Amino acid sequence: MGEPHPWIPNSGELEEILEKMGVKSVDDLYSDIPESVRMSPDQWDSLPIGEGRPLSEIEVARRWERLMARVRSFRDPPPFMGGGVWPRYVPAAVRYIIERAEFLTAYTPYQAEISQGLMQALFEYQSLIAELLEMEVVNASMYDWSSALGEAFLMAVRVTRRRGRVLVPETMNPLHRKVAETYLYGLGVRVEGVRCDRETGLMDLDDLDSKLGDDVAAVYVEYPSYVGVIEENAAAIGEAAHRRGALFVMGVEPISLALLEPPGRLGADIAVGEGQPLGLGLNYGGPYLGIFAVRWEGRLVRQMPGRIIGLTRDAEGRRAFAMILQTREQHIRRARATSNITTNEALMAVAAAAYLSLLGPEGLREVAETTWYMSHYAAKRLSELPGVESPLLKAEFISDFTVRLPARAAEVRRALKERGVMAGIPLEGHAWFTGNDVLLTVTEVHSKEDVDRLVELVSEVLGVASG
Amino acid sequence: MTWRQARWEEPLVFELGGKSRRGFIPPRPPKEVMDYVGPLRLPEKVKRREPPKLPRLSEVEVVRHYVRLSQMSYGVDNGPVPLGSCTMKYNPKIALKLVSDSRLEYLHPLQDDDTVQGVLEAMYKVQKWLSEILGMDYCSVHPAAGAQGELAGVLVIKKYHELRGQADRKREIVVPDSAHGTNPASAAMAGFVVVEVPTAPDGNVDMDALKAAVGESTAGLMITNPSTLGLFEERILEIAEIVHSVDGLLYYDGANLNGIIGRARPGDMGFDIAHVNLHKTFSVPHGGGGPGSGPVCVKNREVVDGVTLQDLLPGPRIVYDEREGAYRVEAPGKWSVGMLRAWIANTIPVLWAYVYILSMGARGLRVAGEVAVANTNYFLKLMEDVMGEYYSLPYAEGRPRKHEAVLSAEPLKDKTGATAEDVAKGLLDAGFYAPTIYFPLIVKEALMIEFTESETREAIEAYAERLKEIARAAASGSGEHREWPRNTAVRRVDAVYANHPRTVTPTWRVERLRREGRIGPLR
Repeated sequence: MGEPHPWIPNSGELEEILEKMGVKSVDDLYSDIPESVRMSPDQWDSLPIGEGRPLSEIEVARRWERLMARVRSFRDPPPFMGGGVWPRYVPAAVRYIIERAEFLTAYTPYQAEISQGLMQALFEYQSLIAELLEMEVVNASMYDWSSALGEAFLMAVRVTRRRGRVLVPETMNPLHRKVAETYLYGLGVRVEGVRCDRETGLMDLDDLDSKLGDDVAAVYVEYPSYVGVIEENAAAIGEAAHRRGALFVMGVEPISLALLEPPGRLGADIAVGEGQPLGLGLNYGGPYLGIFAVRWEGRLVRQMPGRIIGLTRDAEGRRAFAMILQTREQHIRRARATSNITTNEALMAVAAAAYLSLLGPEGLREVAETTWYMSHYAAKRLSELPGVESPLLKAEFISDFTVRLPARAAEVRRALKERGVMAGIPLEGHAWFTGNDVLLTVTEVHSKEDVDRLVELVSEVLGVASG
Repeated sequence: MTWRQARWEEPLVFELGGKSRRGFIPPRPPKEVMDYVGPLRLPEKVKRREPPKLPRLSEVEVVRHYVRLSQMSYGVDNGPVPLGSCTMKYNPKIALKLVSDSRLEYLHPLQDDDTVQGVLEAMYKVQKWLSEILGMDYCSVHPAAGAQGELAGVLVIKKYHELRGQADRKREIVVPDSAHGTNPASAAMAGFVVVEVPTAPDGNVDMDALKAAVGESTAGLMITNPSTLGLFEERILEIAEIVHSVDGLLYYDGANLNGIIGRARPGDMGFDIAHVNLHKTFSVPHGGGGPGSGPVCVKNREVVDGVTLQDLLPGPRIVYDEREGAYRVEAPGKWSVGMLRAWIANTIPVLWAYVYILSMGARGLRVAGEVAVANTNYFLKLMEDVMGEYYSLPYAEGRPRKHEAVLSAEPLKDKTGATAEDVAKGLLDAGFYAPTIYFPLIVKEALMIEFTESETREAIEAYAERLKEIARAAASGSGEHREWPRNTAVRRVDAVYANHPRTVTPTWRVERLRREGRIGPLR
């Protein structure tokens, strides 16, 4: 006892502090723990946690190097993989801004007056996303797209008071569907697939009509979809949902919205999406950013999950920010809260605000356009290889598209990896795809040379496979 | 010297910039590419007609704008943030440096396992270490935050009873009235009915009420230990017995783990399921509200023949294949409650916790817990001379607190009219963050204070001194407490205006549409 530690200023002076308190030993502070479950310092210290003793920075940094030596990072070229999160460039300024200690090390802004800057940044995030979506109310973040979707369905159940089913496209992101099912498991609401056209990937409106009923709380479309399809009948799907009293939920990839009509113009009641492309990086699973937005309507806004920052004024009439509509939240409403969420992805929302501020309307459009051109370049080049169908679905796409190979997709992927390129998500087991089908992604981070190399390697690998 | 926060009166980003400014310019597709694929094609029906109304700024302006905003924010690197139940400890810079590794930026979560062995090893070790720290058999780093860990836990409870064929009967989750709001909210999300039990004057759960509440319909009990009063639940073993006797499961909310770390483990107390908040006990920065990470842990309790609680957990799991000597990611199996997020984990916070636990080791974690507990009790000692007069310590006076203590400002309010909120604002004026206030709900005018092990003696002493100054200032009759805070970026904010249906403004778009007369009050 009594050793100094860099992160525990009082550890070297603990005895003196205890003495001032009139406490003989630190053990006395734990005397109310039943003896049968109390551990002695020796017992605890011998548990296999870390390396037992504290390590110095020098040692820790070396352990880290050993870990990273067993990570193969595909940066030249970046992976040709999307499927819900995408290789997108993170501007240096975004990274710089979210490492500002006053943002990074802050808690949720419970004390408004001393947290104005953080709240303004979050309000700006909400406002920038609102303009991108053309929807009026955006919360200060959910965990990711999939959990935002789960919450959207739960909200639809509350708003419509229907606990039967929600309808989704059969081609939707299979991982998102699993998450939605988990969120609905507690209430016993069923997720049901609506047929999509095998040629175009668009939702079959007749099948939708036949499945709609008084027990359907929501109809969901992805925009663009998991398999790359731009659901051009979104407005009609929304109308069909509304005719039968269901909410219309749209899932969006935000960069595509530089080119596509926003959900606010297509009748969406709730929009969810993945904020990861807005300057967050891939980081092998997170943190990401769940977008959640609704129209300006009380019955929707008051049922929203999550934290919302609003504009107000201070005692001297200055513009100010505050957390608003908090009676929806768990710390006040408890069992009747709209969600249990509290910790969210606030810092990632600040990153997205910085990203959108840097890009502006032109920058965002250019990123989307470059993505469109590069992905179409790749799709067309691949289609010229013998036996390759690319894109497989005959509908427009932006970054992600499906390809049918004359060989097993998983094997092609393995062979490409051996040649230094990580590409494609095999679609086997998903809707009506086969083991030869793959989801490819090309974005603004891929150059013409990158795509040429990919095509060359695919050709080489297929040659080996067929030869 | 008076502390003052920056007061920039910074415009919104929408009010900055110009007509033709750019903060980032991506590469344009080469001409050959454009010629080869032809003009950009999109379905006519959904082509965007109007560009989004985003501002146009240079990189210089964006950076200055957000730096100014950061100067009107406050974190642990600025000074003490003793928010109770939030465990705002220092965020070590070595962890920031390592997890900012540029090799992580392009790692796709569906990349092959053999390309990410180092990352999987770190996450696997965090799971192992957490199992030891909590005395549980298995931990999963899948949940994105504490509340998601709780949701995982209550869904596991639901599935447990389903597989045992008693789901119809097991409809209630019991929660003490001192619990975090997330507990009842999570239970409700899983479709359970929440039954609250009161706290006895000794700070423990009221046993008579608990015995009356627990019965055939009890699916489980969720409890924080130490409680939100900072008190260890002395009858925890008896509670476990009561809950288990009706085949209920015991859930541990790990938000307050810093209060017992190094000295006791929930797994040894009879808990079946537990979550921890890596952004509390394990030093991951809170980022102004997130990201966090809320691993969920279980005991190997049998559910039905050949199935244990571990099999019910959500999410992909990381396993170590001894034969291959490699780590693998496994999709959830057939007994699993599913997935809570699309990908394996909030990886960066988990790696941060890896660096932290590795840096501390078992011994370091124990010392951290001990100093945190000593700091709480040292603070209470410093406050002794004003207890009863201005502040009080409801429940179990004289018993040592653990990671936090809950004072009441009720005596002060009765004497002077100054509320817990006024006290909080008075702390801000001295350059301190305020405690959590008005929580737990069972303490009137609550000030919930948690210094953690990161605060110096001098900071704790200055904080206590400030609380006394505040009380004296309020008692002087000057009424100045109503004017606080004065030294922050803005003065007290108007919560009524912020929430009124006519003025509520969740986005700049609402402000604009309202000005243009295109939307009305929120109805």
